[in-house]
Amino acid sequence: MIEVSDLRKTFGTVKAVDGVSFIARDGEITGLLGPNGAGKTTTLRMLYTLMKPDSGQVKVDGIDAAVDPLGVRRLLGVLPDARGLYKRLTARENIEYFARLHDIEPARMRARSDVLVDALEMRDILDRRTEGFSQGQRVKTAIARALIHDPSNVILDEPTNGLDVMATRGLRQFMQALKAEGRCVLFSSHIMQEVAALCDRIVVIAHGRVVADETPDALRAQTGETNLEDAFVKIIGSEEGLAA
Amino acid sequence: MKTLTVFLKEVKESLRDKRTVLSALLYGPLIGPIVMVMLISTTINHQMDRADQPLKVPVIGAQYAPHLIDALKQQGLVLQSPPADPDAAVRNQDADVVLRIPSNYGKAWTKGEVAQVELIYDSSQRDANAAEGRLAGMLKTYAGTQGAMRLVARGLSPELMMPLRVDARDQSTPQSRAGMMFGILPYFFVITVLVGGMYLAIDFTAGERERQSLEPLFANPLPRWKILLGKLGAICTFSLASLLICVVAFAVAGRFLPTDKMGMTLNLGFAFAGRVFLLMLPLVLLFAALQTLVAGFAKTYREAQTYLSLLMVVPMLPSMLLTFMPVKTVGWMYAVPLLGQQVGITQLLRGGAVGMPHVMMCLVSGFVVALLVTLATVWVYRSERLAISA
Repeated sequence: MIEVSDLRKTFGTVKAVDGVSFIARDGEITGLLGPNGAGKTTTLRMLYTLMKPDSGQVKVDGIDAAVDPLGVRRLLGVLPDARGLYKRLTARENIEYFARLHDIEPARMRARSDVLVDALEMRDILDRRTEGFSQGQRVKTAIARALIHDPSNVILDEPTNGLDVMATRGLRQFMQALKAEGRCVLFSSHIMQEVAALCDRIVVIAHGRVVADETPDALRAQTGETNLEDAFVKIIGSEEGLAA
Repeated sequence: MKTLTVFLKEVKESLRDKRTVLSALLYGPLIGPIVMVMLISTTINHQMDRADQPLKVPVIGAQYAPHLIDALKQQGLVLQSPPADPDAAVRNQDADVVLRIPSNYGKAWTKGEVAQVELIYDSSQRDANAAEGRLAGMLKTYAGTQGAMRLVARGLSPELMMPLRVDARDQSTPQSRAGMMFGILPYFFVITVLVGGMYLAIDFTAGERERQSLEPLFANPLPRWKILLGKLGAICTFSLASLLICVVAFAVAGRFLPTDKMGMTLNLGFAFAGRVFLLMLPLVLLFAALQTLVAGFAKTYREAQTYLSLLMVVPMLPSMLLTFMPVKTVGWMYAVPLLGQQVGITQLLRGGAVGMPHVMMCLVSGFVVALLVTLATVWVYRSERLAISA
């Protein structure tokens, strides 16, 4: 479970994140929806302790990120906005590198790697060097290495960015499977349909603030719109940056 | 433990990069010795050739001084037909030096007055200086003999003209003469260490950031300084290998240099190689940290490459300083990293010994500075902005 309360972060004079609070529960998919530049990536970066918040608190499974950042990182599987691979290593070596950084013993690593490789359908590319991988192959490898330590919480920053229809479908099924395993899945997106199709809970962010935190149904009821797209536009107050 | 994981991965990845391997293990360490051997062999052979050869000089007005010309011919001068425009011939390097004998030479000579000849040459041409020197020497010999004969003809001792005789006693040893010539050599070792680690330092910071792999790496549960130490270790390993190849190559190359032809001995053996390796050790860590630090400020691979190329100029300074302004080696110099290595290696080349206290000064000061730079790099690595690619 990921608990965020009153998170703030300023870059110079820009308030990138201005008092964000929400809870992402285990066994649920929580979507962070917002237009480009709303503060989604910065919020997530504070969750996986890449950045320190100016104020506010992040707790992962009860551990305070400010007190024990390494402990928090152990509990998280992260697919950041930047998902570069080591192109002179094979997909397998990329995955094993992160497994060793998590101190996983080899037997467990192989077992876990097998599960992920099957779930992500990437056995055919496993022993190829990642140079020249397609976007889809790259994302699969990046997800596999992020989840090699079997984390109970998964953070994905715009995971479907740049993927084609088939790869996107596969990734959505994979996220549903993570949820079914009882994990807390938190992902960000600016694609409304994606969020609507996947999420148990939607946190809408605009201008660094949370403007809605509801189930998709409640969101429709709250705005009085039957169409989710219209509901989002109404909440955010403009059509800026929301892709259909 | 995790530092070791980072270290092993970085070494493995770098070994798979052709450019890194070639520059660290081939070009970097071998270019110095090869250039050195080629440069010195050509210079030495060139000078040898020149000294042995007869001196070819165009002479204007040779008919006015047949006696002088005969005397010069006996000393090895080969007469050439005079050019139309001697000034232009010298400027265009058609002739190294031109001798002009004016028409009133004979009249002045027979009257016992000071006869005059002219040497036309361009002192900015290397070869011209040697030719001019040789010709001037011949003329001086001739003038001296003739002057002595005139004194004898008047019943005077030629020694009257020599109130003072200078005996030059050169205290240089064959080794120290070689050392002068090899003043640039310490710089080659320094450059090797820099080149050996350069591509890795760029790749591990600016490169990793540009390829957007630094952010996922930092999401792993280990402190950044452990990641940094693993990377520094990999850089040090490559520059150490580079340095080792370089000193061994110099040890081997030393045997092919025709230094004995110049009356020099050069001790580029394996004992020398071992001592150089020891003196250079602190610089390996110092440069690894410094390069990582500098590359950390660059946003892209290319930018980092530019900064690190500029960094290569810095260690040239003590080399140039000592080459062009020979200063006496003083003890404190060993305590200044780079300068210490420069004076130490120069001392070894000159056949002198570097005492244990000086070696320790060199090592301790080098490692202290390297540690400080490493700490500064750790501090920069903690910055939030370091990980962000965009």
